Amino acid sequence: MSDQNTTLVKIRDLHFSRGSKTIFSGLNADIPQGGITTILGPSGTGKTTLLKLIGGQLKPSAGGIEVDGQQVAKLSRRDLYALRKRMGMLFQSGALLTDLNVFDNVAFPLREHTELPESLIHKLVLMRLHAVGLRGARDLMPAELSGGMARRAALARALVMDPMMIMYDEPFTGQDPISLGVLLELISTVNSALGLTSIIVSHDLAEALSISHHVVVISEGKVVEAGTPEQLQNSSSDWVQQFLNGRSDGPVPFQLKAPDYGQDLATTEARLDA
Amino acid sequence: MNSRTIELTVGFFMLLFLAAMFILAMKVSNLASLTGTDGYKVTAYFENIGGLKPRAPVSASGVRVGQVSKIEYDPETFRARVTLNIDKDYAEFPLDTIASIYTAGLLGEQYIGLDPGGDIEYLTDGGEFEITQSALVLERLIGRVLVDQ
Amino acid sequence: MLDLIQSLGAGTLNAVATLGRALLHLIQTVLAIGEPIRKFSLLNQQLFASGVKTLSIILVSGLFVGMVLALQGYNTLVRFGAEESLGVVVAFTLVRELGPVVTGLLFAGRAGSAMTAEIGLMKSTEQLSGLEMMAIDPYRRIFAPRLLAGFIALPLLAAMFSAVGVLGGHLVGVELLGVDAGAYWSQMQSAVSFKADVLNGLIKAVVFGLVVNWIAIFQGADCVPTPEGVASATTGTVVKSSLAVLGLDFLLTAVMFSV
Repeated sequence: MSDQNTTLVKIRDLHFSRGSKTIFSGLNADIPQGGITTILGPSGTGKTTLLKLIGGQLKPSAGGIEVDGQQVAKLSRRDLYALRKRMGMLFQSGALLTDLNVFDNVAFPLREHTELPESLIHKLVLMRLHAVGLRGARDLMPAELSGGMARRAALARALVMDPMMIMYDEPFTGQDPISLGVLLELISTVNSALGLTSIIVSHDLAEALSISHHVVVISEGKVVEAGTPEQLQNSSSDWVQQFLNGRSDGPVPFQLKAPDYGQDLATTEARLDA
Repeated sequence: MNSRTIELTVGFFMLLFLAAMFILAMKVSNLASLTGTDGYKVTAYFENIGGLKPRAPVSASGVRVGQVSKIEYDPETFRARVTLNIDKDYAEFPLDTIASIYTAGLLGEQYIGLDPGGDIEYLTDGGEFEITQSALVLERLIGRVLVDQ
Repeated sequence: MLDLIQSLGAGTLNAVATLGRALLHLIQTVLAIGEPIRKFSLLNQQLFASGVKTLSIILVSGLFVGMVLALQGYNTLVRFGAEESLGVVVAFTLVRELGPVVTGLLFAGRAGSAMTAEIGLMKSTEQLSGLEMMAIDPYRRIFAPRLLAGFIALPLLAAMFSAVGVLGGHLVGVELLGVDAGAYWSQMQSAVSFKADVLNGLIKAVVFGLVVNWIAIFQGADCVPTPEGVASATTGTVVKSSLAVLGLDFLLTAVMFSV
């Protein structure tokens, strides 16, 4: 799986900071082609930022990301846009265009990027909508869709350009069990049926682990652990064990850094007395 | 909202703009009278033009026949030289026509009134009014009344 | 005291940085202006959104402003027996000043704020990012059509405002107060110059069109992508573009009509 030839995304010594806040400090990771890779990590570790770096929407301050042999940050605008046509990205909200209905949303990339006749576009769009089970919702506006349906419509839109990879940003957040099941099923069937590479960013452990082939765990700007879901379960790292099992105390302490408790109480008293 | 309705309403919007521009050009501003510039120019010298402005109307018997196109000071005769642009429809003003500066109302704007004389020859382009009457300046008028008493 | 100076410095730096971002944004938008020119339907949609939807408020306000001008102007002029000049007063005020300025203010309140809210919402719901990831340039697809359409629509609306206002003045002055219709129109015609007054008024509206739409689009694109951020950006559009319209109007008037 970690064979050099089948690595689609190579992240090497990635540094990135936003203002004075460092988000990545020397991140290294490989994302293999043709499987589902999940990037796990606590909230605020910059998982979404990583997807934006892969998509070239942000530029790293040092290091680089190579997608399909191309350094993303060094591409010209034209080449970057060509690369993006081969990437799909699913945002948390779906990011459907609010003034177009579902059908037009899915047809949108085709109409913008290709000169296909309308009859062909119609067929292609219906095929994608059928694949995500939303053929009956084609005339609805995005505001009329539930969160899960919006994500499915957005998936249809991402698939319509036949990309080589799809990035999912927190696809499982805030879903009821049924739509969660639908999304899990969709992601994994779409991936195997179309031979895609999928990258999922999530902190929903059980769901993510159940469908992924490869897992990368990041914390504090670095990769803590990488491997198959089984390897991860048997990890020797205390941190990974705390994260996987959701313990409230461990390497990540329950109490944030603070002065000694007793002393803190005493000084408060002293201040009030004064 | 389908694209046909959008295109239609935008089309109406444009028509409305054209109508507005038509009103502004033809009714509100002087574009309509400017198009009649194929008139002829006649000059008149005045001792004092008072508050006469370029584009002030030129009328004969109260009918508008043209407008003032240029006002300048002539340093040789020490008088104001006013160029009138008279519509070509009114080409027959006798040579001894009197050009006077009048005021519309007590404080209204000033215009030039033409009082045709009896000459058998007519003014032509580049011609000049022989007899003119300057604007009535209020101070002078009052001064004269005081002296007469 | 030092704190005060520091906050003044920070404010200045911040303002300069914002202005710089706004300028860059404008340049990138203008560079992308070819897209809505090529794709006419994009422009058409935005002309509808910013022009047609603002039309009713412009026509109604224009009518009333013209009527009030006639009423007030008549009361003043009649003291000097110069009510014949009512048309001149109404036309000058509308064509030179109120037409472009009030249209600019109303446009900022109606179309500008809507534009900011729309773009802000697109940003906060990741639609702009989504477009970029679909390899579609938001400058071409979103910003440029809006800038061009607003830039075209505002002068058109200003011309309509002035024309309707003059008709409103006629309604009150001639029909209601009994000023002679011939005097109303003929004095107006002899005093108002198409080039010096009507066209200069339209040039003002063109400048306002650029500035108001620039502010509206930038405020949307630069807002904090939260509901509060979008709300304050929308308010900011109305405040900033109103100030810009009034300030620029003074400058333009000084340049155009002072001689």
